Amino acid sequence: MSKQGSTQTFTRRQVLIAASGLALAGFVSRVRPAIADAASTQEAIKKVIGGKDPKPGRIKLKLPEIAENGNTVPVSFSVDSPMTKKDYVKAVHLFAEANPRPNVGSFYFSPTSGKATASTRMRLLKTQNIVALAEMNDGSVYMTKTKVKVTIGGCGG
Amino acid sequence: MATKPRVKVPQQVKKGEVFEVKTLISHKMETGLRKDKKTGALIPRKIINKLIVKYDGREVFKADFHPAISANPYMSFFTKATKSADMEFTWVDDDGTEYKHTAKINVN
Amino acid sequence: MRYKSLTITSIFVLMAGVAGTAFTGENWGKYAAGEKRSGYTFMTPETRAMQDDDFANPAFLWVEQGQELWSKVEGEAGKSCASCHGDADKSMKGVGATYPVYAKELGKLINVEQRINQCRTERMKAKPWKYESSQLLGMTAYVKNQSRGMPVNPKIDGAAASFFERGKAFYNQRRGQLDMACMNCHVQHPGKMIRANRLSQGQPNAFPLYRLKWQKLGSLHRRFRGCNKQVRAEPYPFGSDEYVNLELYVMWRARGLPVEAPGVRM
Repeated sequence: MSKQGSTQTFTRRQVLIAASGLALAGFVSRVRPAIADAASTQEAIKKVIGGKDPKPGRIKLKLPEIAENGNTVPVSFSVDSPMTKKDYVKAVHLFAEANPRPNVGSFYFSPTSGKATASTRMRLLKTQNIVALAEMNDGSVYMTKTKVKVTIGGCGG
Repeated sequence: MATKPRVKVPQQVKKGEVFEVKTLISHKMETGLRKDKKTGALIPRKIINKLIVKYDGREVFKADFHPAISANPYMSFFTKATKSADMEFTWVDDDGTEYKHTAKINVN
Repeated sequence: MRYKSLTITSIFVLMAGVAGTAFTGENWGKYAAGEKRSGYTFMTPETRAMQDDDFANPAFLWVEQGQELWSKVEGEAGKSCASCHGDADKSMKGVGATYPVYAKELGKLINVEQRINQCRTERMKAKPWKYESSQLLGMTAYVKNQSRGMPVNPKIDGAAASFFERGKAFYNQRRGQLDMACMNCHVQHPGKMIRANRLSQGQPNAFPLYRLKWQKLGSLHRRFRGCNKQVRAEPYPFGSDEYVNLELYVMWRARGLPVEAPGVRM
């Protein structure tokens, strides 16, 4: 066995224990309740916007490329709209495809908002797509989708 | 920690100018999906499910939060004003409790 | 049996699969002092942005609580912190850069958390706060925040010297089933990936801090305990002499880096 003062080498056993221990820790932390998928996200979206067919464009998502921890992932969105009484964004809805429940939040605007931009922070179980929908006052819906890599495990402490 | 809001608004804005409002409130946002480590029982969901912001008595922003919103929820958004008034913030807890905060904005 | 060819580098390659880049050549400004780099410089831009804006930084929920408690009268002596110390922004300036210090009356080192509780029990005749309670975290963050930007510069000579040596020995002592010392990660491999996380130099200058993982503010001793558990060692209690000595050693390692309390980390 190693002795104090030898700081430069590990025995093979130590390396194997370390690798397997950490692999196991990673596995255990991933045992979670059933998670959502793209299909159940579609269902959740349907509940919010009805049978409308979202078009691409007008809404932009700002997300980190890699989230260092899934507990607190900053998210911002912005919708291209003049925000006048005639033409404005009524609501933006966020969904996370691989969370235990896909719904994240809904945010409601009016012409008084000036611009349909907002920021919050969300929890992501693992690497997945974030879907954002913008509902306009004329009933049209726009959509965008962005992938976020979520770091799992590591030397959390 | 007792639930406590923080709000940041400009003290002074120009009439019709679009300005940012930032909010933060201390809350665990218990998802209802976690199990008690000792008993194995599900810890009941307890989150702030709504933030309502009124200016001069009229709603200017609203958000519905699901358990996927992080602990100590942060929310920022934009609005504009045409006259000096109070901005009233209400966070609604699953247990019905309402946490309130008021900020005065001067418009010139 | 020992395989000399398996150097410590192997374990990190095994754990991570890939070795990370070491952020070389970047100018980290106030977040670096010579070779020393704050944990801030190991975070993603999004996490750094959360610390850069005092409003976006959720740790300030606790700092505000500490600020309120500063002038709250508690205990039989009818005093608050402010009764003796007046304005914290004057009286507490520098505290966060120099603690832990040698306490003559106790014959050992004490850190800010313990000094706060010493004041509560002895001067205020109030109950001490529990380690890691929101009150003690909040007050510690509030006190240390008064030194924000000041270079870390603890005293390690005189009566503190022998405690410093004990902290240093702890830092270099292998422990736990994985048989790893603090230095095996934080001196030998900062910047590399350990599984999916990037190892930092383990600098203490932003504690107490808000960890995204914890979803709340936490103390340096909580981090020590987490590291000890990660190497499968029995952690020491919060506020134990072992950890306070170690705190002095790691604060000395951080000398020259600015006090950042309360920081934001992954």
